[in-house]
Amino acid sequence: MTAGPVLKGAADRVLAAPAAPRRKGHPGAYLRWLLLFAGGLIMVAPLVWMLSASFKFSYELYDLNLIPVEPTLRNYEKVLGDPRFLRWFGNSFLIATIVTMSNLFFDSLVGYTLCKFRFPGRTLIFIAILSTLMIPTEMLVIPWYVMSQKFGWLDSYWGIMFPGMMTAFGTFLMKQFFESVPDDFLEAARIDGLNEFQIWWSVAMPLVRPALAALAIFVFLGNWTAFLWPLIVTNSVEMYTIPVGLKTFAVEQNVDWEMVMTGAAIATLPTLVIFLIFQRFIIRGVVMAGLKG
Amino acid sequence: MADLALHGLTKTFGKTKVLHGIDLAVQDGEFVVFVGPSGCGKSTTLRIIAGLEDATAGTVEIGGRVVNNLEPKDRDIAMVFQNYALYPHMTVRKNIGFGLRTSRLSRAEKAARIAEVAGVLGMTDLLDRRPSQLSGGQRQRVAIGRAMVRDPKVFLFDEPLSNLDAQLRTQMRLEIKKLHKQVGTTIIFVTHDQVEAMTLADRIVIMKDGVIQQVGTPSEVFNAPANVFVARFIGAPAMNLLPGSWREGGVALDMGGQIALPGRQLADGTRVDLGIRPTDLAISADGAGQITGAITLVEPLGAESMLYIDAGGVEIIAACPGRTAPDPGQQIRLSADPEALHLFDATTGEALR
Ligand SMILES: Nc1ncnc2c1ncn2[C@@H]1O[C@H](COP(=O)(O)OP(=O)(O)O)[C@@H](O)[C@H]1O
Ligand SMILES: [Mg+2]
Repeated sequence: MTAGPVLKGAADRVLAAPAAPRRKGHPGAYLRWLLLFAGGLIMVAPLVWMLSASFKFSYELYDLNLIPVEPTLRNYEKVLGDPRFLRWFGNSFLIATIVTMSNLFFDSLVGYTLCKFRFPGRTLIFIAILSTLMIPTEMLVIPWYVMSQKFGWLDSYWGIMFPGMMTAFGTFLMKQFFESVPDDFLEAARIDGLNEFQIWWSVAMPLVRPALAALAIFVFLGNWTAFLWPLIVTNSVEMYTIPVGLKTFAVEQNVDWEMVMTGAAIATLPTLVIFLIFQRFIIRGVVMAGLKG
Repeated sequence: MADLALHGLTKTFGKTKVLHGIDLAVQDGEFVVFVGPSGCGKSTTLRIIAGLEDATAGTVEIGGRVVNNLEPKDRDIAMVFQNYALYPHMTVRKNIGFGLRTSRLSRAEKAARIAEVAGVLGMTDLLDRRPSQLSGGQRQRVAIGRAMVRDPKVFLFDEPLSNLDAQLRTQMRLEIKKLHKQVGTTIIFVTHDQVEAMTLADRIVIMKDGVIQQVGTPSEVFNAPANVFVARFIGAPAMNLLPGSWREGGVALDMGGQIALPGRQLADGTRVDLGIRPTDLAISADGAGQITGAITLVEPLGAESMLYIDAGGVEIIAACPGRTAPDPGQQIRLSADPEALHLFDATTGEALR
């Protein structure tokens, strides 16, 4: 088990999201609004600039105007017409999807076991899992690389995916959620004749759907935007993920910044869609995990 | 045939022993209620019968077969939990049908069985709702339906009414009793509420600290309690206990006064507690009556009023008709119905007969 290379970042970002102030009119509220507004501006500015640049011709790129003088869709035609980009998009999508499903399955299976069963060494295992959260990805990259080399996983999908197939954060999150599932449900099912696996799958799992939705978003976004590990483990252009691929736009002889920005803008779309659909689950998930912790 | 028998059941959690040898035989079709204060081991006993917990020692027999080593699902029991344990993501129909998942009935037979149970419980119209769209009483009924659908030999109920408000609790109590009359299945019902126990049970099992105190019909445990604990636990308000010593065919009360108990023989000077239920005390006309005291508080309940009386430093509760309740501060004399006196050994708390 590893503390997935990318998941923590995503979780931290969501966890750090400020809550809207409740009381209006209070003198402190204005200051809070101001601070939040400034913070929001700082966060949104690069995105806006990215979007603006994607509609510009290269001659206009370094001007500071946000509305392009001569807006164009040429960049989008070029990027979407580039077979490499479509391949990277597909790679990223495939990898993020598989890793997400794997996390939903294994994190909740282990979290459930740690939560609902008493067995010797349970606390020790839980502490061991939690302590991996403290090891930064940067430190793990070299062992992962050596491991991939030994097993021949370099430059393969499995090589990109394996460190994140299961995460300590997800296990912890799911364990906390299963704490809120009363044992009565499980015992009722036990009396009804379900085996332990069926109890987990068809009784406990449906009861923690919000947590599963939140975990799915964390994992998917984390893997979609992962850069360091995919960069290290891949060699051939066909194996690149979107973030790694966009970098190649930048290091070719004449850096096509407008292409990089356009690719990034397109890559943002799926994350935006997922976020908009599931954001209420994320917030509820974070709140509940916090309360139960 | 579906009688249930517990033999020398003990249970230890870590170092604490919570059941100290439970022996009980339940007849087929009997409604048995386990009652006792919280933490006395009622749920643990029930869970051992269900197979959710292993007994440390002793055996559980269902229908003449020792089931200690059987899985819960193979014991032919069904259990209704306090918080109902209904699956929020399933309709009532699915919830009730859940108990049939592992059954060998055909699809049509299962549907018929679900419809039958829903009919008995009067929930046919609610089958397509989800638990969140039901009232507390309806949820309770679904939980019972889920147990009924499996047609078990024994129903186990663990405080199924304690999440309901008082009015609904009374109503569901009645429904459960009717249901038992109708289906006739053996029921083991756990509660901490003695009123529930008295109204529902064919036989009551009173427990304290993992030990059975008395087993008997509601009238037996009420009229002939085996010890002080049972005497004070059953009946509300609790039985008055008046300390005293045996003298000359009666009890000389420490607070003053002598109460005769004809037909009993004890050594003079034996320390005893005399038990009198509030309803067995009557305000007596001038001069008569063995107990005197001052009324400190009157609690009107409508038909009856409860009088709290300070009798020589001992608080006594007496019931009197609501219409003629005296006022606080008044001095009164009480007389006890000689047929309804209970005598307990002051050291062991056991009833003296
Ligand atoms: N799983 C357990 N581990 C340790 N102690 C337990 C466990 N279950 C119950 N107990 C203890 O056993 C005693 C009896 O509990 P229980 O049967 O639930 O009581 P009741 O249902 O009569 O209120 C209590 O003191 C309780 O703390
Ligand atoms: Mg209990």
